[in-house]
Parts: sequence; structure tokens; C-alpha cells
Amino acid sequence: MGIEGVGARVARKEDKRFITGGGRYVDDMVVPGMKHAVFVRSPHAHAQIKKIDVKKAQAMPGVVGVLTGKELKADGIGNLICGWMIHSKDGTPMKMGAWSPLAVDKVRYVGDAVVIVIADTKGQARDAAEAVEITYKELKAVVDATKAIQPGAPQVHAEAENNLIFDWELGDGKATDAAIRSAAHVTRMKIVNNRLVPNAMEPRAALGHYDKAEDHYTCWTTSQNPHVARLVMSAFYNVAPENKLRVIAPDVGGGFGSKIYIYPEEIVCLWASKKTGVPVKWVADRTESFLSDAHGRDHVSTVEMAFDTDNRITGLKVDTIANLGAYMSLFSSCVPTYLYATLLSGQYNIPAIHANVRAVYTNTAPVDAYRGAGRPEATYVLERMMETAARELGVSPAELRRRNFITSFPHQTPVIMAYDAGDYNASLDAAMKAADYAGFTKRRADAAKQGRLRGIGMSCYIEACGLAPSSAVGSLGAGVGLWESAEVRVNAVGTIEVLTGSHSHGQGHETTFAQLVTQRFGVPIDSVSIVHGDTDKVQMGMGTYGSRSGAVGMSAIVKALDKVEAKAKKIAAHLLEADEGDIVIENGEVKVAGTDKSLPWFQVALAAYTAHNLPAGMEPGLKETAFYDPSNFTFPAGCYICEVEIDPETGLTEIIQFVAADDFGNIINPMIVEGQVHGGIAQGVGQALLEGAHYDSSGQLLTASYMDYTMPRAGDLPSFKVSTSNTPCPGNPLGVKGCGEAGAIGSPPAVINAITDALGVVDIPMPASPATVWATIRATKH
Amino acid sequence: MSDVSLTVNGKRVSGSAEDRTLLVHFLREHLGLTGTHVGCDTSQCGACVVHVDGRAVKSCTMLAAQASGSTIVTIEGLADGAELHPVQAAFKEHHGLQCGFCTPGMIMTATDMIARHPEGLDEATVRAELEGNICRCTGYHNIVKAILAASETMAKGAKGKARQAA
Repeated sequence: MGIEGVGARVARKEDKRFITGGGRYVDDMVVPGMKHAVFVRSPHAHAQIKKIDVKKAQAMPGVVGVLTGKELKADGIGNLICGWMIHSKDGTPMKMGAWSPLAVDKVRYVGDAVVIVIADTKGQARDAAEAVEITYKELKAVVDATKAIQPGAPQVHAEAENNLIFDWELGDGKATDAAIRSAAHVTRMKIVNNRLVPNAMEPRAALGHYDKAEDHYTCWTTSQNPHVARLVMSAFYNVAPENKLRVIAPDVGGGFGSKIYIYPEEIVCLWASKKTGVPVKWVADRTESFLSDAHGRDHVSTVEMAFDTDNRITGLKVDTIANLGAYMSLFSSCVPTYLYATLLSGQYNIPAIHANVRAVYTNTAPVDAYRGAGRPEATYVLERMMETAARELGVSPAELRRRNFITSFPHQTPVIMAYDAGDYNASLDAAMKAADYAGFTKRRADAAKQGRLRGIGMSCYIEACGLAPSSAVGSLGAGVGLWESAEVRVNAVGTIEVLTGSHSHGQGHETTFAQLVTQRFGVPIDSVSIVHGDTDKVQMGMGTYGSRSGAVGMSAIVKALDKVEAKAKKIAAHLLEADEGDIVIENGEVKVAGTDKSLPWFQVALAAYTAHNLPAGMEPGLKETAFYDPSNFTFPAGCYICEVEIDPETGLTEIIQFVAADDFGNIINPMIVEGQVHGGIAQGVGQALLEGAHYDSSGQLLTASYMDYTMPRAGDLPSFKVSTSNTPCPGNPLGVKGCGEAGAIGSPPAVINAITDALGVVDIPMPASPATVWATIRATKH
Repeated sequence: MSDVSLTVNGKRVSGSAEDRTLLVHFLREHLGLTGTHVGCDTSQCGACVVHVDGRAVKSCTMLAAQASGSTIVTIEGLADGAELHPVQAAFKEHHGLQCGFCTPGMIMTATDMIARHPEGLDEATVRAELEGNICRCTGYHNIVKAILAASETMAKGAKGKARQAA
């Protein structure tokens, strides 16, 4: 490991622009003649649109356009799609209702976009938006998925009877039922995973620019995957063919899943730019983000877990209702299915598993992947069950887990996944040691003397990352392949540009990816640039989500580096009159091993471009491309322990310590990996203690600002104790697994297990706010 | 319309803005200082913090016209030429940022916090003082670490300067 190579804590190359105010986010972009857009959104959760009158708005100062869904449809702009086909257990395809980028006949949630108003200034656009007159006929709304599937509930889409999008299953129902029937003990719970709003700090934004002379569109957008945005906008939304559409996702201020999807606004801004002849910029207000960003989670599950007399799990049966909101967002269907039920084996040997999932429309914002996407829901189900089971069985939570851990690999679960490597005992040991688990009894007694309630909880999570083998996901219904691309361009002077289809919106790719190149060729990290986020620069890529940029994105870079290295060695062998097999590249020199013959790296690069003296038949240049398609998912896993202290008078929960012991495989930059874990834990703790999206029964979002939706703040959190004990991933050339989502996946059950331990209750709903904890204490007393 | 005259990052600037223009929008749109960000509508997130007459202020809570006559420092004006301010350097060294969107506000808040606590800072104080700044990426762990480190560096620097003066 060099000071800038693999494994080093290299400070981030990208930081300079961010700490000096030089970041370039979509809202910072200015195009000559640019105008500002405001969307008129539905104030109703469910209503028919009777009439739209835009005359007054059109006459307002500064207004250049007021456009409706009818005009959009007339121009042939398509409906939004869901890119993952799920079939119900009866074989029928999922029942998807139409989602027009601007609502035409009906609105289905508060925030549904209806009209776009474009004016010289945002203030003028806002004023004019207020003058748009829309006549609605209000309809009854339904927000709770368990109510939406009842007969007689309001119908969100005519296509989905009883609002049921699909009724899907995975696993062996008969074997699982048999295991439950013959069990020595069965633990049963109803488990609710609360709805969250991802809340990237940069609100979503889009700037659409149609260049009439070139008949070409450019879209700057807050996207985690600009190439997928271009693909979908070309292939499905008829905005423009791919060669006429450039999508740029510049600096993006956080994503957490919410910026994977192609939303109505970017489509409408592009279309409106052509329609009005001006570049159109839209930037969401925060409340607009709360209303219209894809939300996360919102599962209700009924779970049974069977044990034999040795406390070994013999079966797990899960029945889940997943709220997908008013429309099917781009990847919404795979979240409660293949990203959820496939992880229900957790870290445990479970011979029989059956999951049934019903996905349901409601009059709420669309729900899609949010940091973890299905895997936090699976982990929450399992780890709450394990905790409750341990208490019921009278064994320690650690012992029950150990007894059921998978200890030999590869391990085929009954729910598709084949785990390749791991050491779950090692993570559990590391976490218990770091938390001084053994000393907890005394700490609890000490706290009790102060009249405070201490609790400790653990969670042993697993996730499937490195999304994903293309043929595997294709066979499961994905509309895309999930490989990644890379291009390594060695310039004539030896500096290097790496073009990647991954997208960085906080993950530090500009540093981590450059470390791979530095490691390989020994060139200074400052001579390496990472290029991403622009479809005109990078040919194609699948973007960043599902902790895939390490395992898939970096593997593509490694493959391209292999090719560059091979060619550079051939050139050097020719120039140094040596055998190709004797050439080594280190510290910026290309050497003949065991001799003093060498060339500086830049001279080999220069030779490739002067082409004066290349091996016979070799093409000039030193630039290579690779596409990497993984052979399996990767399986990061770990153990999290949370210790809380509760003030019974106020219900306030204080996190005394939070320990994370993760197995991420090999690590390129530990500093960045730790940062990812910290952030993930904060979001998981946020879910457990603070955050919750609440709709009232009429479908109004009650938590639509930072005054109402409790974001975790610095004072709500402790400093975290994080460590790793890693088993390399055998499935990719770097042995990496991915670390972006672990924190958010592993932490909610650890927190809730600690709180229920402190309170001596079986369950408490998330978020366990002070009011909820206080009420639970009062209810328990009586 | 209002006439607005300010000293921003050491330069006198003036312009005319709609009466309703907030200081943050004046900085971003009239002056092109896009380092100051807008992350919410309710003055909760702190992405827009700048220094107005030496104090940290959320520039979304103030009209541009109200700020007229003030001396303002934004994130773009914090470094001393090519040399980073110690708080900027500490955020980089301790990985106190990820997506970078909240970062300018965090750094402007932190410099003000350190200035108001010449006696030094501890973790609890830093966490309490960050009440008005939301970060979604870092879990605050490394932000707190960076601010504590910067506070120490600046205290040492101040002592060094005092010794030099003596």
C-alpha cells in the first residue's frame, strides 16, 4: 500500500471545490436566456380534473409559457414506466396504471404535477402559478395500504382492482407451513416499517435546454444515473432519440436512492424548452421535495418464525403488504420483492422460507428504493424476530444468533441468494467487544439507580450489493442489465483520465477510483482524473445505487486497467528489447525485472502516441474500454449494537453508544468507508427514533417540511464506534463488497431492540419518538 | 425594487433587486456566488449560512434590502488566497463532507462557533451548536471531529501569534 494507493486513507480530491464554494450543482447552472419553472401541483390526494384555465396566468408579468398535460400528450410524450416486471403468483403481470408526466384527467396524490408555469424569474413563475385555475372534483382517498386492499376502498387506478398491483411469492410455502406446524416454538409478530422521505440536502432540480439549430437537447439533472435517464427518456418518453439528448448530472448533493428515478419534472422541462424556445430550469422547494420525491419503506408484515427444541430456526413465513404510493416509480416493483424477500434468510441457516408480498396503490407519493431498498425491511423483520424469539426462549440474543449462523460458504439460501463468503461470528465478537457487552448488566443497574432505563440491542444484518449479474436480474424481470463500464485514457504525457458509468453524489469516487490507478501504475494521484456524470463524455453506464460502484464500477476500471497495462508492457518490452513477461510497472517506472533497464511511465505513453517505434501491427494510442458484468451479488454483513438510556419522565431516548462491526471485503479507502457507515447509521437511527412520513386520512402530508419531519441533527446522535473485520469477496477482482447502505440497513433493529429491552416491551412503533416512548411507558405501567 | 449595497468578500458591490429578494438569492443570482446553497424553505437546514457583519446568519432569513450596508463573507471569501481557512482544511482532513451541499453552511457556522468559544470547544457543545445545520451524508461524526480539530488548530495559531507579538 502506497500513501495514495489501495488501502490508504487518502483525503478526497473533490473536496477542494466543495469547501471553497466551487461545487457545481444543477441550481448553479446558468444558460443564456434561461427561464424559471414552477409546477402547479394537486392540492388533493384524489380528484378528477374538470377544467384547467391558464388564461390569467399567461397574462401575468414575465410569463413565457403555461403548459398542461393535454399539450404534452398531443406532442407524444410518453407515460412514466416501471422498469422491473413482476408477475403475481397466478402468473399475471403486475397491474400498472398510467403515470402521465403532467396529470390529464385525474390526480392521485397531493403533489401530483398538473401544470408547468415558466417565467423570467422564479418569483414571477410562482405568482403566475397561483393564477392557474384548476377545477377539481374531489374523490375519496386511501393512504393506508392495508385499507386500500379492502373491498370498497377508493380505486387509485382502474387497472388495479382493489389497488392490488401484484400478489407475489417466493420460497416454499408447504415446507414452511410444515415447519411451523411441527415447531417446538413459534414466534409471531406484526412488524411495521415506517415510511420515510430520503431528504438529500440538495433538492431535485432539472434544467432543460433545446437547441433549435442543432435539434439537440441538453438536460442537467440531479441524477444518480444520467445514462439510464437518457435511455428511458429516449426509449419510453419520446423526448428525443439518444443521439439528440445529452444528460449531465454534475455535482449532485446526495441521492440515497431518491435520485435514481426519472421524474416528471426533467421530462417536462425538456419538452417545455422546445415548446417555449427557452432553456427551462426548475428547482424543487423543500416542501415540494417532501411531496414529490419517491418515499421509502412503508411495509406492514405478519411474521412467524419456527424453532426446534435446540433453538434452531426451522422455518420463516412472512406476509408483507408494501405501499407503492400513487404510481409505480422506476424500480418500485423490485424493492419489496427481489431486494427484500431474497434477503430473508439473513445470516442464518433457515431450511424453509416463504414470503408473500402484496404491492398496493394508495393516494400517496410514489415509493421506491431508499438507502438499502428492501434490505432494511428484510433486516428489520428478521432482527426484530430474533430479538423477540430470544426473549421468549429465554436465551441471550447473541447466543440465539450464534446458534443459527451460517458458518460454511458458499451457502445457498432457500430464497435465491448464494452467499459467497463471510464470518458472522467475527463481526458479532468484534461488536460485543467494542460495546463492552459483558459490562452492560452493571451499567444498566447504575442507570436504574439514577431512575433511568438502559437497554441494549443488536442486529446482525446481511445485504446483497454489487447490483447485479445482468442475466440473473433479467430472468427476474429487470428491464436493464446491471453491468458497469469504464474507459481508461492514458494521455500522451502519461496523465490518466478514467471515464466511469458510476456516478458520485458524495461517495468520493474521484478519490477512491483514482487510488486504483495510482496503485496500478505508481503515478501520483493528482495526475489521475475521474470523469463521470455526462452522457457526452461517458458512453454508457448504469449509475450508482445498491452499493454497486465499488464491486461493479471499480471492477470495470480494473478490467480496463488490465488492458492498458498489457499494452503498455508490450510497448515497453519492445522499446527495452526485453521479454514482455519480465516487464513490471511500479512507482511510475516501467522496468525490466532484475535489471536496471527502465523507462519512465510517461515515455511509454508518449511512445504509444508518437507511434514511431511500436511492435509490428500494434495500433497507436493507449486507451482501453471495459464492461464488467458481475457473476454474483456481493454480501456485506455485520453486527451493530446500540445501547440506549431512556428518561422515563420525558420519554427521551439517548443513544449512549452505537457500535458497528462490518465485513465489507477489501477496502480501498477506509476513511471514505467509515464515512459511509456513519451516514448510514444516522439515517437508520433517524428512522428508528425520529423520522416518519405521515399522511392524514384525506391524504394530506402532515410532515412536509423540516418543521414537521424530524431530521437527525448533530445533537441527536453520538460519535459512532466503527470497525471492520473483512473477508474478501471472491466474486470480483478487488474482493470488495460495498458499504454504502449497510449503516441504514443494520441500525434500525439494533435501536428498537435496545429500546424494547429498556422498556421491557415486545414492540414499539418507529419512530420511537419521546411521545411514543412516554406513552408506551405509561401504557405498560397500567 | 430596492437598491442594495454590500461589501462581499472584501469587495464593494451594489445592485437593484425586487423587494422580496432574499439575501441568499441576491448572493447566488445577482453576484454569482453559488457556494451558498438553499436546502429548505423554512430556515432549518443552514446550507445558506454566511457571515453578516461578523456573525453567522442564515441568508434565507434576511432580505437583500435588509442586508444593505452590511459586510458579508461567504464560503468563497473564507480562504486566504490559495491558503485554506483552518476550518476548511479540517473538513478536508477529517472527511467532514460527502456530497458537499451542506458544507458551505457547516463551515460558515463552524468558523462563527469557534470564534464565539475562544475558551475551546467540546463535543457536546459542538453538537448543540450545530442545531441549525442539517447534514444527511456524514452522520455528523466527522463534522464534529473537524470542528474540534479546527478549534484546536486555531487556538494554537492564536497563541503562536500572541507569543510573536510579545
